[in-house]
Amino acid sequence: MSNPKRSFQQRKALTGMLFLTPWFLGFVFFFAVPIYNSILYSFNELKATDTGYSLTFKGLENYKQALYVDPNFVRDLMTVVGEMIVNVPLILIFSLFIAVLLNQKFIGRAFARSIFFLPVILASGIAISITNAGFMQQIMQQALASSDPTGASASGFLQSVELRYMLLDIGVSETIVNYLTGAVDRIYEIISQSGVQILIFLAGLQSISPSLYEASRIEGATGYEAFWKITFPMVSPLILTNLVYTIIDSFMNNKITQLIDTTAFKNLNFGLSSAMAWIYFGIVACILAVSVFIVSRRVFYHE
Amino acid sequence: MSHSPGAPAKAEGAANDPVRAAAPRLETAMEAVKRRYLNIDKWAKRLWSLVRAILLIGMAFVILYPILLKVSAAFKTVEDLTNPTVMWIPEKFSLENFRTAIDVMDYFDAIRNSFVLSAVTTILQTLSCALAGYAFAKLPFRGINLLFAGVILTILVPPQTILVPSYVNFKSFDVFGLFHLTTGHGLNMLGTYWPFILTAATGNALKSGLFIYIFRQFFRGLSKEIEEAAFVDGAGVFKSFVAIMLPNAIPAMVTVMLFAFVWQWNDTFFTSNFLPNMNTLTNATLGLPYKVSVLLGGGAGGSAQIDPFQASMLVDTGLLLSILPLIVMYFFVQRYFVESIDRTGLVG
Repeated sequence: MSNPKRSFQQRKALTGMLFLTPWFLGFVFFFAVPIYNSILYSFNELKATDTGYSLTFKGLENYKQALYVDPNFVRDLMTVVGEMIVNVPLILIFSLFIAVLLNQKFIGRAFARSIFFLPVILASGIAISITNAGFMQQIMQQALASSDPTGASASGFLQSVELRYMLLDIGVSETIVNYLTGAVDRIYEIISQSGVQILIFLAGLQSISPSLYEASRIEGATGYEAFWKITFPMVSPLILTNLVYTIIDSFMNNKITQLIDTTAFKNLNFGLSSAMAWIYFGIVACILAVSVFIVSRRVFYHE
Repeated sequence: MSHSPGAPAKAEGAANDPVRAAAPRLETAMEAVKRRYLNIDKWAKRLWSLVRAILLIGMAFVILYPILLKVSAAFKTVEDLTNPTVMWIPEKFSLENFRTAIDVMDYFDAIRNSFVLSAVTTILQTLSCALAGYAFAKLPFRGINLLFAGVILTILVPPQTILVPSYVNFKSFDVFGLFHLTTGHGLNMLGTYWPFILTAATGNALKSGLFIYIFRQFFRGLSKEIEEAAFVDGAGVFKSFVAIMLPNAIPAMVTVMLFAFVWQWNDTFFTSNFLPNMNTLTNATLGLPYKVSVLLGGGAGGSAQIDPFQASMLVDTGLLLSILPLIVMYFFVQRYFVESIDRTGLVG
């Protein structure tokens, strides 16, 4: 009686291994080997030769250079981490708020939803990574680089149109102006980064059983109470999911990744680039571990 | 309004009820008017709808603003730029910007390349991730949790960490030194689709870890009974996967395919490094400012003065063209986009 069952389990296990073979091969060749090589490069100096490349052991030299010598790395790292710490809570709160709004019934809800998911397809893309301002700067720089003196005056004219200068002209104090323009910039950043999070929160809100709300209403709970006592605990596992997603997402494309990219492919310093990438990954991992540790203790699981 | 956590008016409504219930017959015409127009509950609801509408419209505008700006710029002519009466709607509609941008970007060639690349990786990735996700969910064996930890690791490690070694790897690709033995050197796969095809087919491409996770969550949610019924009817594990599980997994597959397609389409990181000379849409867009300035500057090394407004107008048109296919696609699939996530079990 137990024999055929065990063979069935065995057959399942075998098929499982078979199913995982392609992934496992890919994991070894396109992930594990590169990871190992990346560690190797970070301790060596990599030089391209005719037959491939040669490695010269340098110890911690690359790490020292990234941390103490490179003029941009530490500063950019601080900026990126600082922006992340400011943005992630804002993104989470904003996307939960929008998801709650989009979950209510009102005229034009389907239309509103489709607009708010638009950043899902447009974020992470070229449209965001090189914003219009970035394009303009590039053109300006090219105009300047081609020793074109009129380019400078044109860029000065462009900037004077901005809100910032208008506000400064009317006599608003500079800190307030900076904060305001910073917040306005940030609103777009936050909205454009919350598409997937809104999607996940909305799905979570829809999976909450309406009977919970009915019961609470009969007991006399207000909408405010219902949010904090029902909605919030029920979506709290998703707060964890979204936290992890947001942190990973915010580390995908920023100044540091561009720096790592240019160090490798423009300056051809592969060792330094690998060292930077590892320091970066170490910090990402620490931030993830700490934030997941803090949040996961407060998460409520329904089952 | 079955359950609106934001509506703050429930308490007032409940507090009003007993008063009204106590003296229903004493209600005069005056009180009826009062009840109709001074009901706090109703007014709070209306106020909330108004606030909500303003919030949503405002934020929708923030989302749409850059797109609208580009649309507006795309139809303008050079004269419109200097015309102070033109803000959004140009006086002379012109398709000249589109013509120039299409020309500069080699747009249709770029679209075809991008589409082939995205479609191929999407299909391969969906299949490989579905296979892996199913195995992780339903076909356990010893050590499978360790492998799943590997999947999580692929999600967490930033692609930059493995970029350089992958680049070196694909520059001289080799399996166990086999190619070195036979041909004396590795295969140079840079500039071809192979790095993308190989990583997608083995479920280690862009964000594959996330897709495996989505499939695993989804298959875990499928009931055991379906699976067992298939086995009882004599289907093997593989056959039951193809005939029973995959058709049931369509919501998850739609989600994964959408994301895989969109992310591959938008990817600048791998495309610019592994396919530097291929004219994909992202590469064409990345090179656009330079090409535009060359064009307006009167050819390479030309010293003609570049009008930054005209340049930005052309770049805007190019950007609009590069996101246009996605927006068109989004119109057709956004229904699935919105619905599919909660059926994938990602949140369950």
